[in-house]
Formats: sequence, C-alpha cells, structure tokens
Amino acid sequence: MIDREQVLHVARLARLRLTDDEVERMTGELSTILDHIEKLSELDLDGVEPTSHVIELENVLRPDEPRPSLPREVALEQAPDTDGAGFRVPSPGA
Amino acid sequence: MTTELLELTAAAAAERVRAGEVSAGEVFEFWRERAALDDLNAFLWRADGPPAAPPATDAPLGGVPLAIKDLFCTEGVPSAAASRILEGYRPPYTATAVQRLADAGAPLLGKTNMDEFAMGSSNENSGFGPVNNPWDRSRVPGGSSGGSAAAVAAGLAPWAIGTDTGGSVRQPAALCGVVGLKPTYGAVSRYGMIAFASSLDQAGPLTRDVTDSALLLRHMVGRDPCDSTSTGMPEEVRLPTAESLEGLRFGVPPELTGEGIEAGVREVFETTLKLIEDLGGTLEEVSLPHSGRGISAYYVIAPAEASANLARFDGVRYGVRKGNGDLLSLYEETRDAGFGAEVKRRIMLGTYALSSGYYDAYYGRAQRVRTKIAEDFRAAFEKVDLIVTPTTPTVAFPLGEKSDDPLAMYMNDFCTVPMPLAGIPAISIPGGLSDGLPVGMQLAGPAFSENRILDAAHALERSIGFDGSAARV
Repeated sequence: MIDREQVLHVARLARLRLTDDEVERMTGELSTILDHIEKLSELDLDGVEPTSHVIELENVLRPDEPRPSLPREVALEQAPDTDGAGFRVPSPGA
Repeated sequence: MTTELLELTAAAAAERVRAGEVSAGEVFEFWRERAALDDLNAFLWRADGPPAAPPATDAPLGGVPLAIKDLFCTEGVPSAAASRILEGYRPPYTATAVQRLADAGAPLLGKTNMDEFAMGSSNENSGFGPVNNPWDRSRVPGGSSGGSAAAVAAGLAPWAIGTDTGGSVRQPAALCGVVGLKPTYGAVSRYGMIAFASSLDQAGPLTRDVTDSALLLRHMVGRDPCDSTSTGMPEEVRLPTAESLEGLRFGVPPELTGEGIEAGVREVFETTLKLIEDLGGTLEEVSLPHSGRGISAYYVIAPAEASANLARFDGVRYGVRKGNGDLLSLYEETRDAGFGAEVKRRIMLGTYALSSGYYDAYYGRAQRVRTKIAEDFRAAFEKVDLIVTPTTPTVAFPLGEKSDDPLAMYMNDFCTVPMPLAGIPAISIPGGLSDGLPVGMQLAGPAFSENRILDAAHALERSIGFDGSAARV
C-alpha cells in the first residue's frame, strides 16, 4: 500500500510534477503493483547474497592514456540552450 | 529478381550479393520501397537511400539493410527511444552494436517504433502511437521491440535488432511469428543503447529464421572498451546446421508451463514437446522454484535502475525543454511533459523502492530473489542442456485490452523475465498458430550457450515448418 502523501513525496524525489488526476491514479496503481511485489516477503531469504550483476567481472581496467573525446561544439549541438561554452540553465532559485 | 527478394531470408540475399547475382544497391532499394509500404506504424524514421560509402562486395552481411529499434543511438539520425522527451534528438555517435553490423555490411534501413524507453509489452506506450500486429491489425505486436518484430513479420524489413530487458525481443517475436534472440548478458555491447535497466538490458536480433538470427548475432557480439560490462563470446557464433536433437536433454519447468498459459498456447507447446522427442531429444521435468517470483523481482529491479537512468532526461543537455521559471520547475515541467504514463509509473515505483526506509524491503529483497532464480537455473542445467517453455502465456491481445491494468500487462513477461534476471540466453521461435495467431516457443540455455540454442532452434524450426508469409503486406 502507498498513500497520497507518499506518492507526492516520491514524485518530488523523482522530479516529477504530477497533476491531481495523476496522483489519484498513481496511488491506486502503485498500491496494486506493490501488493503483488510484497509477496516476495513470503520467501525465506536469510543468508542469500544479493545479485547486482550476473556475469563475474572484477576491476575492468584500461591504460590511463589521454585520447580525444567528443568536441565541445558537438556535445553542445543538441542542447536546448547554451552560451557556446556550456549548457545554460535558469537560476536554481531561492 | 527483385520480387524474389521478398521470399529470401536475409542470409540468402547476402549470399546472392556476394555471388554477384544482385547488387547491394538493388537490395537496398528493394527494401527501401518495402519499408515505405509501412501502414502499421512500425517505422519512426526511414533512410532515403543507401549509405554514402557502400559496403564491400564481400561483406558478410551483403549490404542487406537493417531495421533498428529507436533506442539505439545512430549518428545524425533521430534516436528518441520513442519518447517525446527526446523528440528530434540526433545523437553525435552510433551504438557499438549498430556500428559493428554496419561494418559487416548491414546498413541502416530505418528506426523502429517501440514502447517508450522499452517499458512495455504491447508497444502501446510509444510516444508516437501504437504499432499494429500484421497478423491482425486490431491486436498488439507485443513489446517493447514491437516495431522491429512487426516490420520483419510484415516483410517491411529483411531483419531487425531490438533490446530485451524482461522479454522485449522474445515476446514481440512470439506475438508476430518471427525469431527473437536475447543473448547472454555481456555478449553484446550496450554502448549507445539508451539505458533502461543496465543490469538486464541486452541487444538481440529479430529475424525471419534462426540462421538469420545467428548471422546477425555473430556480427553484433564482442567486448567493447566503451562498455566495461561487455565480455563478448568465448567462442565464435556458428551458423546452425543441426537437423536432429539427438543427445540433447530438454527441461520442462512446471512453474513456467502450467497455470496462466492459455489453452491454444499450451496446445502448440505440447506439439513442440512431441517434435522434440521425434527429433531425438529427451524431455525431463526440472523445477525452477523461484521463477514464478520473477515478475515481482523484475518489477522492483528494472524500475529501480530505470529511475536512476532516466534522471538524465532533465531538459538541460539534449531533448525537449519546458518551463520558464527556476531550475526545479524546468526539470519538473520538462519531465511532466516529456514522459508518458508508464514511464512515470516506473520512475515512481523505482524511486519508491530505492527511497530511504524501503531499500532493503524492496530492492535488497528483489536482488536476493534474483540470486535464487539464477541458482535455480544453474541447478537445472546440471541435469538438462536446454529449458523449453512457451514464450508468452497468450497470443497477441487486442489493442487497449490491458492498457488500463498495469499488473495484467506485466504478466505478459511471466515466461521471459527469469532469463535476463539470471543473465542467460534464450530464443523464441514460431511454434505454430492458435486461431490464426502466432505462438512462440522459448529455448533457454546456460550463459554463452548461444551455439547450442541456435542449433536446437534450427532443428526444431525445420521440423515445425512455420510459414509466416500470410502476415506480409
């Protein structure tokens, strides 16, 4: 179960601005999905290691050699707003 | 020659190009005209012509052009992962898998429609409209690689690539009657794939037959310095030749073949099991006790990773920007306008699962279940060589039928989700029809057993003799 307040809190964390309708719908839908997911708590998982990556790989290294990267003008080409040297954004505000 | 091209598999067409019977330019032009017939909304962008530098006359893929899921970055070509938030985005570089295939002689034919950011099982979550299933236009093609599957099935593209996170290559392949392969995690570089769930995402081919699948895979795999989780394959991908299943042991897991599988799908599955025995394979029941929990684990892990991956879409560096106020409103308004409902739902689910106080209960637990699912497979593969299941619980369903019920939609992935959680490869091949709609059969094997899977699928395919020509436009 998840309530309206939690939905609003999570939306703030995720930088999503939800309309009242979306909050309403999301509260119901997420609750249904979370109820299903909750069934995982029926399993005895004591002592089971978590898996974050499936293929055994350790310390993938490469020589630290300088090489060209994406030119600045190419990196900026797709930006909605730039000053020619960097990405431009409005003030973070108060 | 040119009308004949529609009947040829891509591998056979490539062979004719190399033999000098037809030119790569003619093949490209034929498929450019076919792609232009798209009335399924399968393509989001189509090439005007062949690449400026034509492929070498002896290129292994013969210049036979390739349809590419919209989430692969292709330099200078729109690549939006079917999201409004990336509308008009033209990346400054090309995904490694796409580059490798182009270098081997498969130029870009077009970018295919998909569920936004690969989140969906019906293609109805595309920001640019749904795709119709060529077998029945009132039905979904599956997802998320729905455009790639529909294009190959309808004969709008000779072959295609997609990505599979929880079934997104195999499930649409099943629903459209084509072959879809999800390789072992790490076999193919993820560099340039717009990321959904990084520990699960893997690119794979969608093709008319198993040989085409092997041929594309052979030229996609490889370790890539730009993706440090890529490993390549320990052996070369071979073109399959097997005609028998002699000596192969097939495991049938009751957890993925029983409850929830509709009657028509079960019937094709039973027929396939008999064929396996006719071809000399043996059947054995194997238990995958935790695989039924795959959906629950997946719908924590994938949204959690997605919520982090999609944080980059904030209207600053690329894509669409909304909002006239301060920086926070810019972020929020951009994301509100740019993301569709399912993407927001998964970002919310993932953010919640990772948020303070809930991390262990959701994400930690799901990762432990993931360990159990992988252990189940390892134990099963001590006893059998391959596991066989239906690819999907149902055939293609009507557009709109499940779009208001996210959980019902998620259950489409029931049979396909355990494999990516364990990182293992699996293929879906057409097993037959149920009420005129294709049914997919899935073969899964241990990590890096692609050659075994392709050989077995090849033998089965010959014996099934599926004819997909009825779906062509």
